[in-house]
Amino acid sequence: MTFPIIRTLDRGASIFLVLLAAFTIAVPVLNLLVPATSSLHVSTYLIALFGKYVCYALLALSIDLIWGYAGILSLGHGAFFALGGYAMGMYLMRQIGTRGVYADPIRPDFMVFLNWPELPVYWWGFQSFPYAMVMVFLAPGLLAFVFGWFAFRSRVTGVYLSIITQALTFALMLGFFRNNFGFGGNNGLTDFKDILGFNIQATGTRNALFVISCIALGLGFLICRFIVTSKFGKVLIAIRDAESRTRFLGYRVESYKLFVFTLSACMAGVAGALYVPQVGIINPGEFAPANSIEAVIWVAVGGRGTLTGAVLGALVVNYGKTYFTTGMLAPYWLFVLGGMFVLVTLFLPRGIIGTLQHGLQARKLRSAAAAAEAGADLEPDPALLTPAIAPARPTPASRPAPATRPAE
Amino acid sequence: MMSHLYGRAVSFTCVAFVFAVGLLVAVATPVFAGPYEDALTGFTTDSFGDTDTAISGIAASGNPLAATVVEALRDGRLMFSAGGKTVFFKDKTEKLFDAATGQPAAVTPPDLAPVRLNNRLRRSVDAAIGGLTLLSPNSAIRLGAAQSVFRSRDATVLSVLDQAIAAEKEARIKRALTQARAAVILNQEDAKEADKIDAVAAIRERGDQDALQLLGSLPASSSATVKKAASDAIASMQSQLAIWTALQNTWYGLSLGSVLLLAAIGLAITFGVMGVINMAHGEMVMLGAYVTFIVQDLIRTHNPALFDYSLAMAIPLAFFITGAVGVGIERSVIRYLYGRPLETLLATWGISLILQQAIRTAFGPTNREVGSPSWMSGAFEVGQLTITYNRMWIIVFTFLVFIALLGLLRFTRMGLEMRAVTQNRQMAAAMGIKTARVDALTFGLGSGIAGIAGVALSQIDNVSPNLGQSYIIDSFMVVVFGGVGNLWGTLVGALSLGIANKFLEPFAGAVLAKIAILVIIILFIQKRPRGLFALKGRSVEA
Repeated sequence: MTFPIIRTLDRGASIFLVLLAAFTIAVPVLNLLVPATSSLHVSTYLIALFGKYVCYALLALSIDLIWGYAGILSLGHGAFFALGGYAMGMYLMRQIGTRGVYADPIRPDFMVFLNWPELPVYWWGFQSFPYAMVMVFLAPGLLAFVFGWFAFRSRVTGVYLSIITQALTFALMLGFFRNNFGFGGNNGLTDFKDILGFNIQATGTRNALFVISCIALGLGFLICRFIVTSKFGKVLIAIRDAESRTRFLGYRVESYKLFVFTLSACMAGVAGALYVPQVGIINPGEFAPANSIEAVIWVAVGGRGTLTGAVLGALVVNYGKTYFTTGMLAPYWLFVLGGMFVLVTLFLPRGIIGTLQHGLQARKLRSAAAAAEAGADLEPDPALLTPAIAPARPTPASRPAPATRPAE
Repeated sequence: MMSHLYGRAVSFTCVAFVFAVGLLVAVATPVFAGPYEDALTGFTTDSFGDTDTAISGIAASGNPLAATVVEALRDGRLMFSAGGKTVFFKDKTEKLFDAATGQPAAVTPPDLAPVRLNNRLRRSVDAAIGGLTLLSPNSAIRLGAAQSVFRSRDATVLSVLDQAIAAEKEARIKRALTQARAAVILNQEDAKEADKIDAVAAIRERGDQDALQLLGSLPASSSATVKKAASDAIASMQSQLAIWTALQNTWYGLSLGSVLLLAAIGLAITFGVMGVINMAHGEMVMLGAYVTFIVQDLIRTHNPALFDYSLAMAIPLAFFITGAVGVGIERSVIRYLYGRPLETLLATWGISLILQQAIRTAFGPTNREVGSPSWMSGAFEVGQLTITYNRMWIIVFTFLVFIALLGLLRFTRMGLEMRAVTQNRQMAAAMGIKTARVDALTFGLGSGIAGIAGVALSQIDNVSPNLGQSYIIDSFMVVVFGGVGNLWGTLVGALSLGIANKFLEPFAGAVLAKIAILVIIILFIQKRPRGLFALKGRSVEA
């Protein structure tokens, strides 16, 4: 007899939301109200940087939802992120209007430059903000739906699916690099002026975008929490741990996967849409397979299947990246990143949060066992008995053959 | 009309002069003025019009000095003395020669000035040089000149062309010259109709894209019969060309497919036997290419004579070095991750980043120069197919590697064990096969083959730290398409992807063709999620 909201918000989730709220309020306050001379002042540059991190965190959250809970490792989630970003970028391009270099009221500069006589059909409507927002959801969502429908229906799983998603984002990258695709080619979309009438460079706008990103992250977190704690989420976990068994129990595995994959793509799209006005550019480089894989490592570092871990991982890794790539250490960043991939998978398979949770659970279990031994007939909480993640090192005998797809 | 007849007339005189006077001129002062000497005086008036006439006169004279003089004119080394009505040229060392005799000038006239040129004259000069090289003693230069005349269709060289055709002994060059002459005639308004129809026939024999374009763009003034002959020729050529184009595409596709096969085959082995996706596979290819670079570097500094054997030395070295790196990776990282394919994928991606950055730190981010041994450079032609030696050897090499691997899997104990582990790991272990050892050796073998692929790819691609990245996704596609556990699947997958790519390219362009292939594979895997040649039976079950 628990209400969904209580089930959704356990202690970890509540702590996370409180921290996020504090961050959301504190950063703009420190930027706007604390004078620039104070050591507590947060510069506008940092606001944009934090805003970027928060968007990455939302992307990581969307990956954790499918990887951590449904076992779908997408190496192409950057594609959905970039599509959302392009939808926002197209809106921002149309807002430039006559302020572009060629001062064309309708066509963006690159179309004038390429001698396109008129706006292509798929650019229609992007001058309207609501339409662009619909497209932010629709473009990645639709692609994920179609792609997922094909992939899950024919039971493409495991590394096959990962490779195909990687090919998907690679194909999109090649396409968007072309000028005749009509998305600005190599240079992408940039030189934005304003959003909803507000100057995109202004401090106020940057603060607002930061706050909105944080709210989006909070909402995304709540949605994910709600899903993974619901009965639907239990089925997802069942699919992750034993897909064929779940199917034999009568669940339509592909429908579950398709739903959660599409939802995750929409979340990634929103993250991309919030990212673009804060960094001021979207170009085909965002589709690069390396970006998508990097996003996966954020989740792995923080701890997959924990949601909060994904957010933490995105923040930690990206802070590390900023720290490394802006100083003398720039050439060594790839060593650090590569080492992170290897070391985390070898020594920290649960990630930071996952390891902490595991440790806490183990302690509780021990104390519960000690209490039971002492004679008290306390029953241990059954939830604590289920490990969060599959065991780290199965014995060689239990190693499955390459084929993971069940027989038909 | 006039120029044509004039050209003909001159060319007759020329043939005589070439033998009678031309050779003598070089050794003795001429006792009478020929067309060459007449033309030379045109340079002394300092008028662009006269210079133009002089250029064509010289070009048509057939004098052995003509080429030297016109080249000197092009480079601003041709001098004249208005007072003495004499012309001189300087050689590259500024030494002065008498243009009429080719002998070093005895005295330097005081009023020496360079012959001036304008843009129109420069065109005449270029055309004249094109014509003059038709008579070069070097057959390659003659052939090149014939090709360039075929494209420029410059009517002024017609006389020289006739002369060259008459003198030509090599059938191949004679054909090229005849075709060049035909091209010129077809573009002349005033040529005889019979000549033009002969010309169409000559061009039809050539039968390539250039010929097609030439016949397709006949001057509007051509008569109806000529146009008819041309359109007939076009029709017959087009059907022939379609066959050649298909052959050419197949060849390119085979070449691309063999490269893909080489890059993917190691991946297929490791994936098939171990179920491990090695994202660092591309970096093994890259390491192999760098091994080639180091070997060539050492050879260049120590014993340049061995350069032609550099690849033969690099192949075993690359195999063992990358193989050892592969075994190292398997022992230090991958063996702890068995049963977790997705984590393996991430860990190997991390390894690939580290390897890339290590190479970048050691060798710099720029492309490294890897040379081709002499037996791999150049090309030959089969009909209208141009086949480059390096592509051909890579195809041959790929098939040798493929056959060697097939043999290894089929006839050796290690191959037997590998197949056993692929089909049923537990049963193989129960039979006493040390599966851990097989895994390490398999990974080493896969990496070693990637290293060999790197040696081959260093011949056709830039050797840079990013070399592997450009092949990795394509290799994955080959493995996904071909299926694992069977080398034939990889072969068919690689070749069909390569050929499909090259056949799509003319319609869609290189990038769209690639996208189309990716989409096709995504759709294909709906039908056969485990690839073309999937393992069947109980062994596929986990």
